[in-house]
Amino acid sequence: MTLEARGVTLAYDKSVVFEGLDLTIDEGRITTLIGANGSGKSTLLKAFGRLLAPSAGTVHLGGHPLRDLPTREIARRLAILPQKPLTPSATSVRDLVSRGRHPHQSLFQPWTPNDTVVVDAALEATGLVELADRDAGSLSGGQLQRAWIALVLAQEAQTILLDEPTTFLDLSHQLDVLELVRQVNHDRAATVVMVLHDLTLAGRYSDRLVVVGEGRVLADGTPWEVLTPATLKRAFDLDAIVIADPSSGTPLVVPAVRS
Amino acid sequence: MKRRTVIVTLACLIAVVALVLVGTVVGSSSLTIMDVAHTLIGAGTPGQQLIVVELRLPRVVAGLLVGIALGLAGALMQTFARNPLATPDIIGVTSGASFGAVAAIVLGGGSYAVGAGLLTLGLPVAAVIGALVTSAVVYGLSWRGGIDSYRLILIGIGATATLTGITSYLISRAQITDAAAAAQWLVGSLSGVSWSSVWPVLVAVLVVTPLALTQTANLEVSQLGDDISTGLGVALQRHRLIIIVCAVVLTATAVSASGPIEFVAFVAPQIARRLARSSRPPLLASALLGAVIVLGADALTRGVLPGEVPVGIITAIVGAPYLIWLLTRRKENLV
Repeated sequence: MTLEARGVTLAYDKSVVFEGLDLTIDEGRITTLIGANGSGKSTLLKAFGRLLAPSAGTVHLGGHPLRDLPTREIARRLAILPQKPLTPSATSVRDLVSRGRHPHQSLFQPWTPNDTVVVDAALEATGLVELADRDAGSLSGGQLQRAWIALVLAQEAQTILLDEPTTFLDLSHQLDVLELVRQVNHDRAATVVMVLHDLTLAGRYSDRLVVVGEGRVLADGTPWEVLTPATLKRAFDLDAIVIADPSSGTPLVVPAVRS
Repeated sequence: MKRRTVIVTLACLIAVVALVLVGTVVGSSSLTIMDVAHTLIGAGTPGQQLIVVELRLPRVVAGLLVGIALGLAGALMQTFARNPLATPDIIGVTSGASFGAVAAIVLGGGSYAVGAGLLTLGLPVAAVIGALVTSAVVYGLSWRGGIDSYRLILIGIGATATLTGITSYLISRAQITDAAAAAQWLVGSLSGVSWSSVWPVLVAVLVVTPLALTQTANLEVSQLGDDISTGLGVALQRHRLIIIVCAVVLTATAVSASGPIEFVAFVAPQIARRLARSSRPPLLASALLGAVIVLGADALTRGVLPGEVPVGIITAIVGAPYLIWLLTRRKENLV
């Protein structure tokens, strides 16, 4: 189920963010979009998740233009976790996660035992079994983010888009979330596209990095190919040294001291 | 549906049935339950027939349907806008309907002069048109790439003020009999309701309720935000259109039958939500609770209070303090 942008132009009102962009997402791998603030990485993710319609060009899922597919059918194949979803009041973690089953249900098929099995598995995978009956509003930031990811897992989509899934979490909880993403990618052979701010974590948890800026793709490749001082200077206006992370062997971005 | 919601819904249903019975049996001329039962199967005297079938029943049925319509419309709008203040009476739907109906009474050449034909069809149609146009304008002005409930509420309050002004102007320019009719109608009352004004709201409730219930799952998911709802496969544009049209038609037909009965659409869903302890107002319980409030207030005006105070006054006296109480509470406790 390939996800690809063909000649996509994205704009808010009159300001164009991307023009004629082509990008094909690798199936079964983790691709991370990085770029400076305002570079349009979240905008691009939204276009892949049909939350923003391109003003020109098309996004294709499995060869079909997204705009030609019913939104519910897309939802069974592609899940997107946007930034800052709203936590409903008086709703247990299990009920919240259950809403991930929405695209699989209809008026005539409200809830099946299989839905329960899938929700249980999602709670299990995210380590939320013991918190399942807690009110979602009482969870900590890290637990809540795991609950949202559980909701996305319950959607059983083969392609998962995550917009800054680690924002507002402390480092340990960021690692929890990214380990979970890697595990999902591994166990379910899921295609993952995410937006991250932390370059070192992006390098550690991604198969492929795509750097966006100046309205186009600035660099595209493995973490070692992309995280070079030259690219960092260009995309982030950052003077940095890149060394091998002593723990994982992936690129570690060390910002240079500013004089 | 959760067990607690089911229990609350059933309790409301029992209360509604009890109030319908009270409304049919209790009144200024004392009839026993047996008299009423006889009359309903056609075995009563002509006098009993008149009292029960032409006076009491239309009033009770109108109260039932108006309450259901307002409670359901309120639940739909509050859930849709994720804000309990976004009810039809606050965001201008009710005043749009009132304006349409008063325009029909005043400009239609006199409500009682033109006769039943205009009243039966003209009033509800004018109310629906007034409500639809108002909601389209308010919704259009508050749209910013998504629904911003505070913009919706503020613009709705502005629209309400404007329309109330124009409505008052219409009344001030009208024939004295029309003005009296319009003013009396604007208070919101079930006294003097006849079968002819019941039919439109009956049709609206029968058609809209099933349509609104098809949106239950979408409403549930849309609590999480617009982007995630789209991601979960909710066709948001269609969903929004259905919800708004349902709420507008329910409100407008209810207003055309009884005049604007204030605060029912606002209070009923919030009480239902608190009773059911749910994340959003449960639709059926809100509708039934709306009927409980309208029928209960009407029973008060007939049985307890002297001189037939209109229902709308009672609901306003009870509803307004509740609104203030809700406003003074912390924001995170709002829907």
